[in-house]
Amino acid sequence: MIAKRDKQRIGQRLLDGFRAAGAVEVAPDILLPAETLLDLYGEDIRARAYVTIDPIRGEVMLRPDFTVPVVQMHMEHGAEPARYCYLGEVFRKQDMGDLRPENARDNEYLQCGFELFARDPDADAEVFALFHRQLQGYDLSAETGDMALLMDAVRGLPLSTARKDALLHHVWRPRRFQRMLDRFSRPARGLGLSDSQATWSGLRSPEEMTVRIARLMADRDEPPLAAEWGDRLNQLFNLRASAPEAVTQLRGFAEDFPAIAPAVEQIASRFTAIAGLGIDPASIIFDASHGRTTMEYYDGFTFTFTAARADWPPVASGGRYDALMAVLGKGRAIPAVGGIIRPGLIAELEAVQ
Amino acid sequence: MIRLGVPSKGRLMEQTFDWFADRGVRLSRSGSDREYAGRVEGADDVSLVLLSAGEIPRELVAGRIELGVTGTDLVREKLPGWASDLIEITPMGFGHADLILAVPDCWRDCDNLDDLTSIARDFRAAHDFRLRIATKYHRLVRAWLAEHEVADYQLVDSQGATEGTVANQTAEAIADITSSGATLQANNLKILSEEPILRSQATLFANRVAADGPEMARFLAQLGVAV
Repeated sequence: MIAKRDKQRIGQRLLDGFRAAGAVEVAPDILLPAETLLDLYGEDIRARAYVTIDPIRGEVMLRPDFTVPVVQMHMEHGAEPARYCYLGEVFRKQDMGDLRPENARDNEYLQCGFELFARDPDADAEVFALFHRQLQGYDLSAETGDMALLMDAVRGLPLSTARKDALLHHVWRPRRFQRMLDRFSRPARGLGLSDSQATWSGLRSPEEMTVRIARLMADRDEPPLAAEWGDRLNQLFNLRASAPEAVTQLRGFAEDFPAIAPAVEQIASRFTAIAGLGIDPASIIFDASHGRTTMEYYDGFTFTFTAARADWPPVASGGRYDALMAVLGKGRAIPAVGGIIRPGLIAELEAVQ
Repeated sequence: MIRLGVPSKGRLMEQTFDWFADRGVRLSRSGSDREYAGRVEGADDVSLVLLSAGEIPRELVAGRIELGVTGTDLVREKLPGWASDLIEITPMGFGHADLILAVPDCWRDCDNLDDLTSIARDFRAAHDFRLRIATKYHRLVRAWLAEHEVADYQLVDSQGATEGTVANQTAEAIADITSSGATLQANNLKILSEEPILRSQATLFANRVAADGPEMARFLAQLGVAV
């Protein structure tokens, strides 16, 4: 058991590192209004965050992560470019299944993070290199991905806008995505509308149903997606290799799949920038599906640093979340990239060393 | 002494009494109908505790009763990690009810969960909030929808008259227990074509620790069931 004080101390050291990189320290509230977070993350967050009732403020949530409050803080008073860092507890409950886990995960742990809001093409490399520097010496493996690559690939499929939008919407839900792709690859079936005569009930309006039925009818007339496209997409999504090898393979894919070429070149130049900051790209894994299992708000570059310990979450993780900024900024969108380190896990690694 | 918890009223109590009677154990309420004390005949060292059905899972876990009759729905909803504390001894063949997801019957374009997922996405875009599913089975419904990778919805709490929430526009869909579907029909709701979220029935549960003793083995053998 490592004392909280020792984890704090490591957190402070990491915070110093972020400050030295030009970040301003911020200290968001621990009790946050639940509404924004619930609207962003839906029921997933309700299953994992502690929600309680404040008699005046309504539903409040024990901070499940820092990104949203830091972004909100920036939207209120910040100017770009901006670099923020923070250290504090986050709270996550574990909703178990039928059996109680033998070792319950920590439900309260420190996060030390860094967020960069800037229109700088090398921002991804800057953040990755900063985390890499902070985490040197712990024998962690670095993995990266890029959600923009996957989304550009979907946009590049010969499908109607309606079908592309549906696939894009579910890109973070791999099984649903795959089922949808399979359905688009088969000849369409009947609409299967019921002939209900029931009186209308509920807030969803008849017009909303009419719009959807029109879309379903248009969809029925769409030809199936040729098998080669499904294969290409799966090949791309399954790509996992060291960064230089991945870039070579991606360039190969782009020959048959020109829609991904700009994203591929962006990945290539990101690794060039990372190399320019003194990190060997051959030591970094690129996994095309890396961002699919993380939080839904990452929509570009993603990264994790992982220790070779069974059942451990990543020691550090982060990525780009431009779309989240657009949602929270209400029209004022600023590109953003950031991440967090878990000082508690670093403390455990140091205890062994 | 084995303390046996049984629902304190209604059909569930009567059917439980019948189930035990068929196995040679006569359970009865002692005294008046208002009194929650019970009597056991035909088995030694067993006492009857009459409880609200909803409290039986908690009492079992706390070890204040060793055996209890309650629905699988209540155990799974109310007790995270239930199988670490309880053993399902045997289903009892009554109190059948399915936890289902239902939508307005007038939604001619909604037959299954894929339809609902697509409607939820449209609904969120049109209304700027997530499609609401009214339920009291938060954990079961959330876990099931997560497993099926459904997004764009939110659960709203409804502890009763859940079928009315759609007409009252406090929810767009409901997840509730139904045995015949009659109430759903009366409220112009239809069940999605998927398998139910859970098929529940009255079930005899034992506290895992208490299930080990010779007393328990003897009583369960008498009932013709085994751990």
